[in-house]
Amino acid sequence: MAKILIVAEHAGGKLNQSTAKCVACASTISGAEIHVAVFATDGAPVAAEAAKIQGVKTVLTVNNAANAEPLAAVLAPQVAAVAANYTHVFGPSTTFGKDLMPRVAALLGVGQLSDIMAAEGAYKFRRPVYAGNAIITVEAPQDKKLVATVRTASFQAAPEGGSASVEAANVSASLPSHTRFVTRSAAATGRPDLQTAPRVVSGGRALGSSDNFKIIFSLADKLGAAVGASRAAVDAGYAANDLQVGQTGKIIAPELYVAVGISGAIQHLTGIKDARTIVAINKDAEAPIFEVADIGLVGDLFTVLPELEKALG
Amino acid sequence: MSKILVGLKRVVDYNVRVRVKPDGTGVVTDGVKMSINPFDEIALEEALRIKEKGGATEVIVVSIGPADTQQQLRTGLAMGADRAILVQADSVVEPLAAAKVFLKLIEKESPQIVLLGKQGIDDDNNQTGQMLAALWDRPQATFASKVELDGGKAKVTREVDAGLETIEVDLPAVLTTDLRLNEPRYVKLPDIMKAKKKPLETVAIASLGVETAPQFKTTKYEPPAARSKGVMVKDVGELVAALKQKGLV
Ligand SMILES: Cc1cc2nc3c(=O)[nH]c(=O)nc-3n(C[C@H](O)[C@H](O)[C@H](O)COP(=O)(O)OP(=O)(O)OC[C@H]3O[C@@H](n4cnc5c(N)ncnc54)[C@H](O)[C@@H]3O)c2cc1C
Repeated sequence: MAKILIVAEHAGGKLNQSTAKCVACASTISGAEIHVAVFATDGAPVAAEAAKIQGVKTVLTVNNAANAEPLAAVLAPQVAAVAANYTHVFGPSTTFGKDLMPRVAALLGVGQLSDIMAAEGAYKFRRPVYAGNAIITVEAPQDKKLVATVRTASFQAAPEGGSASVEAANVSASLPSHTRFVTRSAAATGRPDLQTAPRVVSGGRALGSSDNFKIIFSLADKLGAAVGASRAAVDAGYAANDLQVGQTGKIIAPELYVAVGISGAIQHLTGIKDARTIVAINKDAEAPIFEVADIGLVGDLFTVLPELEKALG
Repeated sequence: MSKILVGLKRVVDYNVRVRVKPDGTGVVTDGVKMSINPFDEIALEEALRIKEKGGATEVIVVSIGPADTQQQLRTGLAMGADRAILVQADSVVEPLAAAKVFLKLIEKESPQIVLLGKQGIDDDNNQTGQMLAALWDRPQATFASKVELDGGKAKVTREVDAGLETIEVDLPAVLTTDLRLNEPRYVKLPDIMKAKKKPLETVAIASLGVETAPQFKTTKYEPPAARSKGVMVKDVGELVAALKQKGLV
């Protein structure tokens, strides 16, 4: 029977929703026993949140002053130590999980499976390759521990309503001092978070300047949406790097995605293919974005957006 | 002598629209343009800049792949790498095996920095650098958008979901690149001629004595689910009406 350990992602004493998505993925493996581990300086508040996720049996806290920041080199030996009692170890396919899980796998002497979209059994999964141009079915050996990341956009967060027990775990692992946290700069926007927002408005190269990009923020505010961007817009400095949507940025699955002045390169589309409704505004009727759009409008964004804002009242 | 080891993976060019073979056994690669993985090109560019600023004396490009991978290594040499190593492998090499191969080369070359792309745009795994750092028992600084060297240390700014994070690592270390680290240089014709004379050593993967049998078995390739055909609207009025109909505004 599968006994699955999920590494909790958290910041500022709050659990990230990616953890409940990993639980949702693990819950699709029949008969799985699911535990969540919180590595922190004081994991109690985060563990209390994790204990409420439906499907979780036990939450382990691993408290250590060294866990103040999520440094993969420091966390990996601890995760590997806790993993001894499990058949599977899952983390989210966020930058946190992508940084950490391969290091854990290598310490355990096993490979890692990236971006699980669906579990077809405890050792059989589907995942995207080639920027989502192909979906592969992969079988993992049953006699090895399976370390994997879960493609968070493929799962709805498991709901609350659980009441797992919380236990402190003692981990003896020697932790390196060769990697040190210096600083983190997050733009506090007051806007919804791109990865979890039900609505997203994204702007592309067509915006032409960071000043012009403000009309994307303005439409987003009108819709209560998060803001995203294409790589071209980020490279050009119109939008911050953490707003990039796509193969190598964020993979998202909002109810509504509005792509403004974005051509629809395959690398961008792979980040939005799970969106419920895609709206495209582009002046080129031949732009590939229209091939995936549910609602398409050919027009100049600089006239369409002001009109749209007005029409929305 | 301070060396930088750079990994260059041969992948289907990013401009190619990759298609699944009708029988579901793989993707079509016959006659398809192959290139250096874009993230690896960024890694090489960074290594060259470090060397040009005096931070290293030699840049070695390494690839694991079939004999044809020589083409990508020659391109790397034309960009400015000093020498190349092809670890010839004719079947699938998973990230863990690739990390073990790199570790063997590290034992021989003792580099100060190993620079890899954060992910290959074929398998989209995003694993090899992290695995190598673990096996080597050294720091990793993944998704780098800025690298500053300071003696035996590197200060690396990383692109993370929350924004930008800066960490400091002791060298030697493994760094993996993100898109905004730099813009790779173009190769000039005279450099291509010069590159032909630079050393390119071929090593059979079997001679390295590492376990390379794949752990995972891919049983099926499928095209992604197609989205249903949408509607085109004429103007903003129709757009708002369509959004209302879907209950979105
Ligand atoms: C390794 C690699 C990874 C990548 N990862 C990503 C990724 O994660 N995310 C990503 O987005 N890209 C990624 N890319 C880049 C991708 O290939 C495209 O270059 C990029 O998505 C293009 O951005 P864009 O659509 O904004 O720009 P363009 O392709 O230049 O498109 C601009 C669009 O705006 C339209 N337009 C211009 N003016 C107006 C106007 N006034 N009104 C309305 N429409 C207008 C044009 O018709 C055009 O369709 C990656 C590329 C590589 C090589």
